[in-house]
Amino acid sequence: MPGKLKVKIVAGRHLPVMDRASDLTDAFVEVKFGNTTFKTDVYPKSLNPQWNSEWFKFEVDDEELQDEPLQITVLDHDTYSANDAIGKVYIDIDPLLYSEAATVISGWFPIYDTIHGIRGEINVVVKVDLFNDLNRFRQSSCGVKFFCTTSIPKCYRAVIIHGFVEELVVNEDPEYQWIDRIRTPRASNEARQRLISLMSGELQRKIGLKVLEMRGNAVVGYLQCFDLEGESGLVVRAIGTACTLDKLSNTSAFLPACNSPSKEMKEIPFNEDPNPNTHSSGPSTPLKNQTYSFSPSKSYSRQSSSSDTDLSLTPKTAPSPQGPRIFLFPSSPTLSCDSPHLKKSCLLLSGSSLNPLHSSHVSPVVLRKSVSFTEELLLAASGMGSGSAGKEGGPFKTLLRQQTQSALEQREFPFFTLTTFPPGFLVHVGGVVSARSVKLLDRIHNPDEPETRDAWWAEIRQEIKSHAKALGCHAVVGYSESTSICEEVCILSASGTAAVLNPRFLQDGTMEGCLEQRIEEASPPGCGFCHIPYDELNMPFPAHLTYCYNCRKQKVPDVLFTTIDLPVEAIVIGKGCLIQARLCRLKKKAQAEANATSISNLLPFMEYEVHTQLMNKLKLRGMNALFGLRIQITVGENMLMGLASATGVYLAALPTPGGIQIAGKTPNDGTYEQHISHMQKKINDTIAKNKELYEINPPELPEEIIGSPIPEPRQRSRLLRSQSESSDEVTELDLSHGKKDAFVLEIDDTDAMEDVHSLLTDVPPPSGFYSCNTEIMPGINNWTPEIQMFTAVRVSRLSNINLTNQTLNKNFNDLCENLLKSLYFKLRSMVPCCLCHVNFTVALPEDELVQIAVTAVAITFDKNQALQANKAPTEKSQQRASTDNEDQLQFPLELCSDPLASQPFPPAKEVLEGASSHTGIPAAQRDRCNSWIELIKLKAQTIRRGSIKTTASLDKASPLAEGYLRHRSVPSCTNSTVSVVKMTPLSFLPGAKITKYLGIINMFFIRETTSLREEGGVSGFLHAFIAEVFAMVRAHVAALGGNAVVSYIMKQCVFMENPNKNQAQCLINVSGDAVIFVRESELEMLPVQPSTVVSQPTSSGGDVTT
Amino acid sequence: MTSDLDIFVGNTTLIDEEVYQLWLDGHSVAEAVARRLRGGVLERAGTSVAVLQSDTRDHYRTFQMLERLLHAPPRLLQQLLFQIPPSRQAMLVQRYYAFEESFARELLGKKLSKGTKKDLDEISARTGVSIKSCRRQFDNFKRVFKAVEELRGPLADNIQQLFLLPPPLARDYAAVVFFANSRFETGKRRLQFLTFGDFAACAQHMMLHWTQGALAPEAAEPDGDVPKSFLQDLKELKVLVADKDLLDLHKSLVCTALRGKISVYNEMEANFKPLSRALVNVGGKLTHARDVRDFFVDLVEKVIEPCRSDKWSPADLRLFLGHYTAAPRALPAFRHQALWERYMAVITACLLRMYHD
Repeated sequence: MPGKLKVKIVAGRHLPVMDRASDLTDAFVEVKFGNTTFKTDVYPKSLNPQWNSEWFKFEVDDEELQDEPLQITVLDHDTYSANDAIGKVYIDIDPLLYSEAATVISGWFPIYDTIHGIRGEINVVVKVDLFNDLNRFRQSSCGVKFFCTTSIPKCYRAVIIHGFVEELVVNEDPEYQWIDRIRTPRASNEARQRLISLMSGELQRKIGLKVLEMRGNAVVGYLQCFDLEGESGLVVRAIGTACTLDKLSNTSAFLPACNSPSKEMKEIPFNEDPNPNTHSSGPSTPLKNQTYSFSPSKSYSRQSSSSDTDLSLTPKTAPSPQGPRIFLFPSSPTLSCDSPHLKKSCLLLSGSSLNPLHSSHVSPVVLRKSVSFTEELLLAASGMGSGSAGKEGGPFKTLLRQQTQSALEQREFPFFTLTTFPPGFLVHVGGVVSARSVKLLDRIHNPDEPETRDAWWAEIRQEIKSHAKALGCHAVVGYSESTSICEEVCILSASGTAAVLNPRFLQDGTMEGCLEQRIEEASPPGCGFCHIPYDELNMPFPAHLTYCYNCRKQKVPDVLFTTIDLPVEAIVIGKGCLIQARLCRLKKKAQAEANATSISNLLPFMEYEVHTQLMNKLKLRGMNALFGLRIQITVGENMLMGLASATGVYLAALPTPGGIQIAGKTPNDGTYEQHISHMQKKINDTIAKNKELYEINPPELPEEIIGSPIPEPRQRSRLLRSQSESSDEVTELDLSHGKKDAFVLEIDDTDAMEDVHSLLTDVPPPSGFYSCNTEIMPGINNWTPEIQMFTAVRVSRLSNINLTNQTLNKNFNDLCENLLKSLYFKLRSMVPCCLCHVNFTVALPEDELVQIAVTAVAITFDKNQALQANKAPTEKSQQRASTDNEDQLQFPLELCSDPLASQPFPPAKEVLEGASSHTGIPAAQRDRCNSWIELIKLKAQTIRRGSIKTTASLDKASPLAEGYLRHRSVPSCTNSTVSVVKMTPLSFLPGAKITKYLGIINMFFIRETTSLREEGGVSGFLHAFIAEVFAMVRAHVAALGGNAVVSYIMKQCVFMENPNKNQAQCLINVSGDAVIFVRESELEMLPVQPSTVVSQPTSSGGDVTT
Repeated sequence: MTSDLDIFVGNTTLIDEEVYQLWLDGHSVAEAVARRLRGGVLERAGTSVAVLQSDTRDHYRTFQMLERLLHAPPRLLQQLLFQIPPSRQAMLVQRYYAFEESFARELLGKKLSKGTKKDLDEISARTGVSIKSCRRQFDNFKRVFKAVEELRGPLADNIQQLFLLPPPLARDYAAVVFFANSRFETGKRRLQFLTFGDFAACAQHMMLHWTQGALAPEAAEPDGDVPKSFLQDLKELKVLVADKDLLDLHKSLVCTALRGKISVYNEMEANFKPLSRALVNVGGKLTHARDVRDFFVDLVEKVIEPCRSDKWSPADLRLFLGHYTAAPRALPAFRHQALWERYMAVITACLLRMYHD
């Protein structure tokens, strides 16, 4: 029985009038945890009751503490009839369970009712006393920290990144149980909210257990999702990356002692070049390659299908030079089908002696069933035959791969949900890998053994893993999973970026990390990650390779697509921009298998077209790489929608993208020709305009540099070397470069015409605005502290008549463009500003309804500095970033099976020492415990002493907490204004330093109304609900003592309406990390003292404007 | 493709002051969009009418949700639903409670009842203030009236505290409440030349010098009422005009003091008795509710109009009233000096304020 939960109900305010006669309320409160309930006295006849209750104490085991939410119900006492519920507050007490987070939850919480919304507020104080539990078989995982942030949290250092953790739990959805027919909507909603709260608690606990098993102490990039499968149940699933984190001490920058073993690596014998930068070893990487797989389920038994390997499609795009095209399909050599893209692009490889496997056909796509089909975007295969670079890198590459692979292969899935990494961590990036599978939902018979769902995901992950392997990568980063459900059909999707990770961080017992140093040197800063990871001679798909424009040593692809954020060290020219591909496809209404089949049949085409669109739009902006790519395919009754968002940038390492050339089909028609040339001109103008807009002015064209005997001094030696060694290719490359304009759009029918038109309809944001869907906008680094996070939702009805793919596409496109336009308009007062982390979600709630939800943050920046775009600040910020990261970076990836070897005791010690050197502050208070291990030691000591007290750290912390509490609650009883809580989908706040992570916020709300018109129609209803959700998130953060939520995300927004019945219902699921931040300007004035920091939210609350 | 649902919610509530004013002025969404179009926002931001409509609707929805809170401004500060910086909160409250003086002038002295509310369309037509705006302003008056009706202490302070209004606005509200409570007649034709500002100033003087709150903030009577005992005492002042000796003495004192100092000396001397009678009797009548209503009518009819027809300048009036108030000090038989001065302070101030065209 290792925990005591204490709850005190202080007061209420602004309660609704429950007694019409007196215009007052006789309120009391029920406090429930698990199966225990306490009640306060009735506070008669007041809308602002002061209960000031005693401490209600719940003695519970920690498993329960993790699973159960604290449930507070405010009721109106009624002598003659049943008491009326006013509303509830659910408090997740998880943040109180780990040592470094909050010590007390105290503050005003909105009282929420699923029918009436927020009805007044209640002031509650919650504390937990944890006892020690050394039971090795325990089922709880208290102490494991969770972060939504997909990078190493700012005030921590990663000692070890262990890898992928996943779990799912299923249950019956209360909404679909028989009892729902007889209970009130309120009861049903509350049952659902409670169940989901319970399930996510359980899920988190189970994931925590896995982390403990891996000897980690935290989960980073934690993403939890709900699948509302309707009749067949409710699935809550989560993925994340297990890590061992160390809290960074403010004062001492201690060295990462943990990877000392790897430091002493010897040089590799075959590394003959002393110049570190010349090493071009390391898997070289292809650029943009995507591997997709579609797995329509074939067996439509009730038990869900197994994977569908037999449908394979191979649409590939080969955006590349004009001429005959060459396709390589390494994985499915027999496949000769033409994919739709064929008609558009043709490529040719000059100088290469390869024979085309087949030439381009314009024939319609043929879908074939064949063996597992991996679709990739084919790259033009220029330079493929040469392979001389491979010569040098070959053996080394193999070695490297063996080493890292052997290490990573011990993991079932070498996946990382992180999107931002320490510099140097990513050696090479292979490209996007994704897999989708269409499944028929069936009832989950035994919720305790959710095998089918597990199996589904395992299948998909397996597929992802094999795709990554095909790209010569041993790991997948920026990994995420999602579903789209319509009736009984479900599309499961997973995607990530195949990558090769730096073996410096891979501690492999057998290899002794011998390659470490070499690799470190091998990847030149800023371009290494672009180099292809696979063997040129043995490419997984045809690609158009050139020498890296930065280091000139390694091969790079012409385009790179990834799901991760832009690496800090990447060298980018100009600014980035949000690029979206939008697509609709009609499908027949059908049942079960037929439906699943038609969806599976459509998917490949959609993927293909989405990619073509992305590619075209990328070229149109004169850019050559996409980051943060997220492709969402949504299934509805009679259509599929695809929406891909990414941030386009110009990477200095990749070749300048060629333009887009339009070719007409009927060359002899004069007017037609004219039309074509007109279009061509428009396109060229657009490209030129975009280059100017995004400040893309790459140095000089590569041919000249390559041909020139005097390269820039910095690169001279390297270049010379590369010239001498591979002069052959250089000439070859030149040839292909000469053709680099060869991206051709062939206009052969109205469809194609539409496509071209739609290309040109994307309006650039108004001046002063930039947008991206990544964390940071390349080219802007002088952010000012003003931020505005927002959610916008639109539901549009498609006119019923004449629905064709074209009109649908146009409608959808307009919908998105208009939404963006209205965002720019609304935020016009913030100019100059950038919309960051723009996240679109598409849903098809009903037949003709399309729902789009956008969450993003607008951040202002200083225009003057931005205009200059001078190098100095950039470099400085990069430096800062890298020193920042320095501490975080020095971690080994824990791959070895012997845990002891990698146990980071030394760093933990240092932290402690550092802590105790702090004057006047007990170490325990500062970090409570600096690492999991230390915590365990501490606990062990306590136990040995035979005390049953709570840990020392808790005791010490409490006076502070009390003081803090008093400090805060005093003003809140008076007329004080509410403290400001900032929210942002980013992992940081501009101009501020995050000093403490207080725990994860993960909330699920249902709102329902039976008086839709009276509440202002659907817009009024949803507007109020989203405002309420924000308010409840802010209240919880403020109660934890925080002043911001970072990595905020609205994971679900399910809206259903029935205007005829005047009803609507909406479910929203949000999450984020509650933090305390301090303005950098304030920080300088403050002594580095945690106590000041703790009181920060109160003092800064008033004057900070969001 | 029509948008059924279209919303934007910011963590910090976005408030467009221009749209807020349009909303306060009672324009419908369509009218507001038209006005914004004319205002040229489109040219500046380069966007479409649809965007403007959606933006306007969003703001209107926000304001409708905020309105409930604006009814009790302290709640706006405490509420958790909308995160609004304090300066913007103050702006919201101030603008919501701001009123048209022309509208308030019409309403002064009327009972803030349902009946009056029904007649608002007339006032709206007369003043050119839109009916929606009239209703909001009327409801504001009524809400403030109800909230402070029973409270003790200075009216303006109470209003400022309960509605977080800036002090000048709170004082104007106090005047409105005072008039609604005392029901002074203000609508007569001969009072038409008086503005809201005139009346508000008079009300403030009355509250300052006459009401209980001004003397003892803790006193039992609400601030809106002039205490009965004081009004009763005012009858004692009649001795100044009823007693012929006193009246003559008073006149000679004033005349001596003013001789050669004012331009209308002869008119003053000739009219002294009727003037003095009027000035004293206004106070004496205040005990009867019906006569209270005529307070301003009497002042205008019996003091201001005669003076005006004799072409007194405001300086003349000031000088006269000053000496007229001070003279009884020299009257040994007159024992209500303090009462007299408290009474005359208000009358003097009111007259001086009202003495214009």
